[in-house]
Amino acid sequence: MTDGARAATPPVALPREAETHCPYCALQCGMVLRAEGDRVEVLPRQFPTNRGGLCQKGWTAAELLDHPERLTTPLLRDASGELRPATWDAALDRVAAGIRAVQSGHGRDAVAVFGGGGLTNEKAYALGKFARVALRTRHIDYNGRWCMSSAAAAGIRAFGVDRGLPFPLADLARADTLLLVGANPAETMPPLLRHLTDQRQRGGRLIVVDPRVTATARQADLHLQPLPGTDLAVANALLHIALTEGLVDKAYVDARTTGFEQVRRTVAGYWPAEVERLSGVPVADLEATARALAGGSAIILTARGAEQHAKGVDTVSAFVNLALALGLPGRPGSGYGCLTGQGNGQGGREHGQKSDQLPGYRKIDDPAARAHVAGVWGVDPDDLPGPGVPAYRLLDSLGTPGGPRAMLVFGSNPVVSAPRAARVTERLRGLDLLVVADFLLSETAALADVVLPVAQWAEEEGTMTNLEGRVLRRQALRRPPPGVRTDLDILAGLAARLDDGEPGTGPAGTPTTTTGTGAAAAQPAGRAARQFPTDPRVVFAELRRASAGGPADYAGITWERIERDEGVFWPCPDPDGPDAPRLFADRFPTPDGRARFHPVTHRPAAEEVCAEYPLHFTTGRVLAQYQSGTQTRRVAALRRAAPGGFVELHPDLADRLGVDEGDELVVTSRRGELRAPARLSPTIRPDTVFAPFHWGGAARANSVTNDATDPVSGMPEFKICAVRVEKA
Amino acid sequence: MRVVIVGYGMAGSRLAAELHARSGEHKVTVLGAEPHRAYNRIMLSTLLAGKIDEPDVELAEVAGQGVDVRTGTGVTAIDRAAREVRTDDGDRIGYDHLVLATGSRALVPPLPGLDPTDLPARVAAFRTLDDCRRILAVARDARRVLVLGGGLLGLEAARGLAARGLDVTVVHPVGHLMERQLDPAAGAVLAGTLAGLGVRTELAVGGSGVEVDADEVRLRLTDGRTLAADLLVLSCGVRPETGLAAAAGLAVERGVVVDDRLRTSDPHVSAIGDCAQHDGTLTGLVAPAWAQARVVAQLLSGEDPAVRYRARPAVTRLKAAGIDLAAMGDPTDGPGEELTFADPARGTYARLRIHDERLTGAILLGDNPSVGTVVQLFDRGGPVPTDRRALLLGRAIGTTAATPAESPALMPDAATVCQCNDVRKGALVACWRDGARTVDEVVAATRAATGCGGCREAVTGIVDWLREADSVGAAR
Repeated sequence: MTDGARAATPPVALPREAETHCPYCALQCGMVLRAEGDRVEVLPRQFPTNRGGLCQKGWTAAELLDHPERLTTPLLRDASGELRPATWDAALDRVAAGIRAVQSGHGRDAVAVFGGGGLTNEKAYALGKFARVALRTRHIDYNGRWCMSSAAAAGIRAFGVDRGLPFPLADLARADTLLLVGANPAETMPPLLRHLTDQRQRGGRLIVVDPRVTATARQADLHLQPLPGTDLAVANALLHIALTEGLVDKAYVDARTTGFEQVRRTVAGYWPAEVERLSGVPVADLEATARALAGGSAIILTARGAEQHAKGVDTVSAFVNLALALGLPGRPGSGYGCLTGQGNGQGGREHGQKSDQLPGYRKIDDPAARAHVAGVWGVDPDDLPGPGVPAYRLLDSLGTPGGPRAMLVFGSNPVVSAPRAARVTERLRGLDLLVVADFLLSETAALADVVLPVAQWAEEEGTMTNLEGRVLRRQALRRPPPGVRTDLDILAGLAARLDDGEPGTGPAGTPTTTTGTGAAAAQPAGRAARQFPTDPRVVFAELRRASAGGPADYAGITWERIERDEGVFWPCPDPDGPDAPRLFADRFPTPDGRARFHPVTHRPAAEEVCAEYPLHFTTGRVLAQYQSGTQTRRVAALRRAAPGGFVELHPDLADRLGVDEGDELVVTSRRGELRAPARLSPTIRPDTVFAPFHWGGAARANSVTNDATDPVSGMPEFKICAVRVEKA
Repeated sequence: MRVVIVGYGMAGSRLAAELHARSGEHKVTVLGAEPHRAYNRIMLSTLLAGKIDEPDVELAEVAGQGVDVRTGTGVTAIDRAAREVRTDDGDRIGYDHLVLATGSRALVPPLPGLDPTDLPARVAAFRTLDDCRRILAVARDARRVLVLGGGLLGLEAARGLAARGLDVTVVHPVGHLMERQLDPAAGAVLAGTLAGLGVRTELAVGGSGVEVDADEVRLRLTDGRTLAADLLVLSCGVRPETGLAAAAGLAVERGVVVDDRLRTSDPHVSAIGDCAQHDGTLTGLVAPAWAQARVVAQLLSGEDPAVRYRARPAVTRLKAAGIDLAAMGDPTDGPGEELTFADPARGTYARLRIHDERLTGAILLGDNPSVGTVVQLFDRGGPVPTDRRALLLGRAIGTTAATPAESPALMPDAATVCQCNDVRKGALVACWRDGARTVDEVVAATRAATGCGGCREAVTGIVDWLREADSVGAAR
């Protein structure tokens, strides 16, 4: 039986072992799932990114498959306000009716879609298409906006393309110097450190820029510990030093870039002593860093610490400028990259979940892109909506006059993960209809009018694109449990119901679907069925066509090729042609083939400390939890390792506040407060407190964070705001 | 609003940029007496050192973007009644608001043989780009250089020229270098550091006259000696350029007197930077000049009519290859605690004063990893660390590298060996007791070392220790 036939009519017995990848972060560690009776065992697998390693999250990932809290039936909110089990028909009918009601009363844009960076490429693609074709709303965005959108924008403006790492991860080991800015892979993606170990054994240096002495910073040869919000100035100072010490690669700058003059004059104003005063990073350390980056191979990586600011794009640009001035991008073992966070953060941003984009990383306001994608979708280009708004603006407009009144959420938990989360929660409550597709009752799902239980990673086929831009295969070990459907099934079922009576559908637009014990809904008939296939392999084939010719071109990628070659790096336009593990060797995908410098200047954080709120507050992650914690908080071993939120503060600060280890603290900003026990650590700056953002409820860090956003990327300023801290 | 800025140095160019960055209906004209684009004065010593070229010191400029910049245009007079300035090319330019950013000029000491208006060949001040050109023109064929003045600028020039391989001597009339910022002990350490870099110092002796001929320049000293060189650089301080303001009848003391809004005695005229005297103080540094430019831009653009300039305490920073000096406040005097550390043989010296849990002054010379922290604490008035050693040793306190592998025997069972998989020593021991005998077996059973892999060595050490303990037990 061919794969195609198998996918169309799933056989009764799926393999008892599946080679797939971890459901969590963008490292997408290779793993084998093995069914042992009712148990699913996780085994690490040799793959170029994780090389046989797994962190505790990966090892325990299968525990959620049969978790007692797993959702296995749709839930509908009844008249008394309770969520009650319902049939799929009832649930989908309710959603379709709600959408119709809202759209007929308030227009097509009154329905919004909110996606996630954990969805497979097929689902992300289908979701974008569903918004534009079935709902015809301009309002779609996703939580990836809070992940690497600043790096994406800076990458596009400099290189003409955004691929997190424009080289394979293993290249890290070839760099003489590695500069990590606001990145803590020792906690966020531990197996990545195997490459750093290689790098060190080859005699390479590791330099870490982070306001905290993180587990990663502890391993560094040099740690720069700037005041939060001053990374941009640090980068400009590094370039200033490179200029004054003659470290700039002038031949590279002349041959491969444009715009250096203006950057050169801008960084002339960032002499090291001034930046030392601003950032607290000693001049000697700035000089040592600049020198270490020059002369050999070097890689500069940014992550959320540098990017989650209202000046995140410019901060990344400052480091990109530095990399370009030193001639790094496109050289072996050298370059600039961004460590993408979410599992499919890369692929999720390429195929139409972003408010301003169409599949293949095309721009939605580009007429040629619209024509191409509309052609693939079989619709009139003029019927495609225009650009929507970035995630936070979208959420902040929900239920307000002129804002969306209904929203469909797939794979995201903004009640915990959004900035200024109390406000976002209030906005969600103001909706006429909130629909959440998830496999656990997340804090956001708990607010929904309709909750749709979906399949988990071990139960579905598809592709993911990891932090290297390598497209991977996610393989199913088993079918979803009874009562659970895939996201593609849900989109197809809704599309059929929303179909306005084209030939092939019933008058009500609701072809009958099976609701028996089988998990998957039968494929609805008619136009909606053609437009929203439920077989991910069919969706991927369409995605390939839709992306063809775009910056993220998947046309030449097939599932078979992915399986054969340990993944395929985009762009890959030709099934028989090469893929692209390393970009920029000869040219940049800009109109003139040159990378573009972009002058950037430091400015204060959106909210600076003051007498009333005298401390800096910053957020981040811990090893044993992932994102909003919906999944990892429900895994016993991870809960033991990281049982709850905390506030990390310096012992000197604790002393002044009269606080001991474990005391309950209240952290208050202009937007709200969080309550969590104190954790004393001499490794944080005494003027800064830290809290991880994985928890909801009282310990929710995002109750405090600032909703100021970057004007270019829409990235919220998660990483710095002003607070006061008191004993509860 | 028509804004005219007199002076296109670091203050004037910054103000133009700050105004340009703000919306508002203003037409900005900048008049610069020097013929150059705005440049970064701070980088001139690097230029002297030959590490960079002239274009590298240029600052970002906003000329042509709604800002009219006229370089090589001096202002000869201000007609406050008519609200216009007159330029040396005969133009009259009207203003609604005038900002003086005329800076300061190098002071030429009153020595026989030195005419301030016409310095002889082989003698140059060190202030402007033209001064640099003059110095470099002579330095090309020079071997010996004298620098008169051992203040910050003089030492920067000396260090820059020494970096070119020249034989440099600094003549300083006071008993120790940089006496305005340093105590004698620090001055002595600094002199030692400079000596190691090829810069000699002649202290407590001044110049009494200068003679120049075709071959060399000779500096007569107050102690009767004469030093000869190919080049003499004068670094004897600066004077604010206040002539224009004084002639226009504005209140002038040492500098042009300004209030918290940087306004002179005429509300239509402001002054910023080196030429301005705020709260009785001249600054002479770039950071306050830029802060003043920002305040004036906020006021003129209407962005923040309530904003006022607040002087921040000065931090003097001398950082050149081989020298690392930071001085702020007065650590030598006043109430409170004093911290000191000195290792003159290695060029390190630190003296800090703390009063009321705040840093009131510091001198840090040499390798002081705490310098970034100290500068920020002084600048922001933050509370000092409870463990005062952190102020001397910086990040060394409390942030030591990953715990070195302790002896497994001493490690408590609760100690986490593998962070990635949360495996404690006790779990490894239990696994051994359950029959695992190799590292791979222990790893497979406990998942230790399967994440980042960094603890594999520690796990191996524990397995080795268990094996040894067992064999000792068996031998008994």
